[in-house]
Amino acid sequence: MESGAGEGSSSMFSTADDDESLKSTTDADLLKRAWRTEKTAPEILHIEANLVQRSLEQIQLMEDTVEDFINNGVDPLIVSLSQMDLDRTMFLLRSYLRIRLQKIEKYMIHIHKTTELWNQLSKQEQTFANRCIKDLEEHFDKSVLSKLPDRYKSSLKQSVISEEDDMVPEPQLDTYVICRTNRSLGALQLDNRRNLLSCSGVEDPVDLNTNDLYAVRYKSIKPLVYCGQINLV
Amino acid sequence: MAAQSDPQGSEFSAAELEFLAEDEMIEIVPNMRMESLNLISGDFGPFHPQISTQVPLWLAMALKKRGKCTIRPPEWMLVEKLMQVLEAERDSQKSFQPLPFHYVEISRLLFDHARDDIPDIYMVRSLIEDIKDVRFYKIGTGLEVISQRTTALKLNHLTAMEVNIVRPFLVKALQTFNKLDNPEIHKS
Repeated sequence: MESGAGEGSSSMFSTADDDESLKSTTDADLLKRAWRTEKTAPEILHIEANLVQRSLEQIQLMEDTVEDFINNGVDPLIVSLSQMDLDRTMFLLRSYLRIRLQKIEKYMIHIHKTTELWNQLSKQEQTFANRCIKDLEEHFDKSVLSKLPDRYKSSLKQSVISEEDDMVPEPQLDTYVICRTNRSLGALQLDNRRNLLSCSGVEDPVDLNTNDLYAVRYKSIKPLVYCGQINLV
Repeated sequence: MAAQSDPQGSEFSAAELEFLAEDEMIEIVPNMRMESLNLISGDFGPFHPQISTQVPLWLAMALKKRGKCTIRPPEWMLVEKLMQVLEAERDSQKSFQPLPFHYVEISRLLFDHARDDIPDIYMVRSLIEDIKDVRFYKIGTGLEVISQRTTALKLNHLTAMEVNIVRPFLVKALQTFNKLDNPEIHKS
């Protein structure tokens, strides 16, 4: 592992990942990518509403097909293989939605407050978030807050004299993520506060080469993740 | 409510890594005839006896379990190639050899379900174990390079399982260095 410029050796072992940019991306690939990215990103990302919709339709279609197969007595091997494929796709979709729900549960008040994040939820997720917030506030109120002295009753602030809502958990955007790019992105200014050349660290800016893995701060590459130029691993 | 494989949600479980690996393509030689499969993951087949075709690993495993095909081990899994890789891994102190991203998961699946299709399976197995061990050791020593000045880290040629194992430590270490280094940025 190097934290500096390294040699790029040409790989004899080409994997499906290398050919990703050449193949046309199917919905299955897109769903996989969305799942991976959502899992590794610290904050909630934009809902891929179209993808979810299309996947649901494809799953529905496949379910009907499998039912037809069973009714028409098609080779049970084909039935079971189709069922496996169906199960795999459903797992991806469900897991994707579950990860998002988990993030909403963790950071619901913060998401509610930030319009940019709020707009990244689907309609159903927004309803869910609203209900969650209401339930949580009610619960805190009934169990603890109503019994505290007047200045400490808010569920958002520690006390009336707090300047901001300091009881609201926020996602840690400066956590590190491991990522890989599809195309060489050249020099990237990763960190504004240091422009020192160090013996063991990476000099700013950092060269991001194709298909190399990097551990970087999420904040620095956030816009690139959003537009799909960087893949989180 | 929203159950997950791990409470933080950002780590992949071993099963999930295997799930990802199962989409890699592999060559099989069917011993039966079957029409094309039009699946959500793609279209595969048609299958003719003795004519090799490329399918995803999960499909290959399913067919193999039912005795409908034989699996052709991928090129990188031959004894000579693995020996070269092992040599090169042992020779270079700091850099890693390029290996398929999911080599651990793929080799494990093949060992479990396709033992008879791999020539010299014991040799292959022990070579892969050795490669794994050498790489892990290198990761350990490589991590010592992290200091407070590190803003980014290059993890050349690491594979999926290694990335997943190293990730929690790496993230925490880099974050802690960051926090200790710049207290005014630290958010509570």
